[in-house]
Amino acid sequence: MFANMLPNLGKVLSRYYGLFAQGLMYTLLLSAITVLGGVVLGSLLALMRRSKYKPVSVFAVAYVEVVRGTPLLLQLYFFYFLLPELVTFVVLSKFVSICIALVFNSAAYVCEIVRAGIEAVDPGQTEAARSLGLSSRQTMRRIVLPQAVRNILPALCNEFVAVIKETSLASTFFVGDLMTQYRTISGNMFLVIEPLLVVGVIYFILTFSLSKAIAKLERHLKAAD
Amino acid sequence: MGTTVEGGHMIEVVNLRKNFGSLEVLRGINEHVARGEVISIVGPSGSGKSTFLRCLNLLEQPTEGQVIFEGYDLTSHGTDLDRHRQKMGMVFQHFNIFPHLTVLENVTLAPTLTGKRTKAAATDYAEELLARVGLSDKRDEHPRRLSGGQKQRLAIVRALAMDPEVMLFDEPTSALDPEMVGEVLQVIKKLVENGMTSIIVTHEMGFAREVSTRVLFMDEGLIAEQGTPQDIFDHPRNPRTVEFLSKVLR
Ligand SMILES: Nc1ncnc2c1ncn2[C@@H]1O[C@H](COP(=O)(O)OP(=O)(O)OP(=O)(O)O)[C@@H](O)[C@H]1O
Ligand SMILES: [Mg+2]
Repeated sequence: MFANMLPNLGKVLSRYYGLFAQGLMYTLLLSAITVLGGVVLGSLLALMRRSKYKPVSVFAVAYVEVVRGTPLLLQLYFFYFLLPELVTFVVLSKFVSICIALVFNSAAYVCEIVRAGIEAVDPGQTEAARSLGLSSRQTMRRIVLPQAVRNILPALCNEFVAVIKETSLASTFFVGDLMTQYRTISGNMFLVIEPLLVVGVIYFILTFSLSKAIAKLERHLKAAD
Repeated sequence: MGTTVEGGHMIEVVNLRKNFGSLEVLRGINEHVARGEVISIVGPSGSGKSTFLRCLNLLEQPTEGQVIFEGYDLTSHGTDLDRHRQKMGMVFQHFNIFPHLTVLENVTLAPTLTGKRTKAAATDYAEELLARVGLSDKRDEHPRRLSGGQKQRLAIVRALAMDPEVMLFDEPTSALDPEMVGEVLQVIKKLVENGMTSIIVTHEMGFAREVSTRVLFMDEGLIAEQGTPQDIFDHPRNPRTVEFLSKVLR
């Protein structure tokens, strides 16, 4: 088996490089949509969590706990089967359903990232701003958030890395990501290991280079302090 | 709008109580501050000095009692707190300078955001104030490059930019290296000499004696004794005051 590995790898690559490229594209697309949607929804949740209206904050807390307390794969199934039932006025492609599921999942994590980022800002900053007569809104927008972004940004990038790996679960539903391509290719060629190696290397290069870039960004933000 | 209450004092404190959970930090304080007064608050650590000061501009929500500022009951529901806070400058022990803004922006932010001054007017005034405390050449710097003393002078100027009626200082020199204490005290001294009503929580007894018109000695959540600096420092009557002074004046 191992004797054939190199030639097999060559065959896999030369025959299916297009599919790998396509898978890479879908994985990146899924991850980008997930994180962008997650940031919007997650920030909203973080604000809701800080709301002085109890039902609003309780909802946000419950949301985060439920999402973090159940497996992502289960959530994907849930949305995959449920959404088409709920949304009847348009035909949802499975790609859209999966995207929505991933966004809902990521939002819970982003919510915690944003909340932690805001809470890490010295409360003295808020006190100083309020003592000058700024409203709580002005204080949040002009004093707290600009400082929180420094804590939030690196953590969000880490979330992006995590999401890249998590999107592989979406291959359960054949949405075209890297792992989907792996399943297609291994099925076609009756090879299990070789295409897996290729996909693994692609994942690794992606996450490794991103992590390096994040570390650099973090150093940069620290230096600016 | 808050309830208007008649009375000649700038600040009136009526039966002020503050609990943190089961801990009674302020236990019913009645006090008033007239325009032009310079009040020092001294007392042992944990006696509630900071809490009292922070209740005056409602950074701390009193558990019970009233704080009446220029006739408005700040503790009553529906009072436009932001509007009144604009007239009560506060200086903190740890400066709380806005690190993401330049020195100038630290000073101009509040006047422009609250609509008190146009950007241009706020900038002019900020430059004048910065010059007064010797920070003109720092105007475009980022605060992280300032020394502690410079940061605290900036914090004072930031508060002054709102033209406050009263200044609240919470141990403004306690976090400073000894060689920088003087420059900050000098700025505060100049301010009170020009008639700024001030309330100063401090451990600098010499300074309190020098600048205050009145000294409050706080102990266990109450004002245990008060009087002129001579009364308090030379002829204290309350045994707790005597004990405290004997410790700090050694
Ligand atoms: N946010 C808070 N939550 C709980 N307890 C608090 C809080 N703020 C102050 N306290 C407690 O209230 C008491 C009085 O605190 P305060 O800061 O007013 O004292 P202080 O006289 O200013 O002391 P110091 O001279 O050390 O600054 C202390 O026992 C303190 O631990
Ligand atoms: Mg204190």
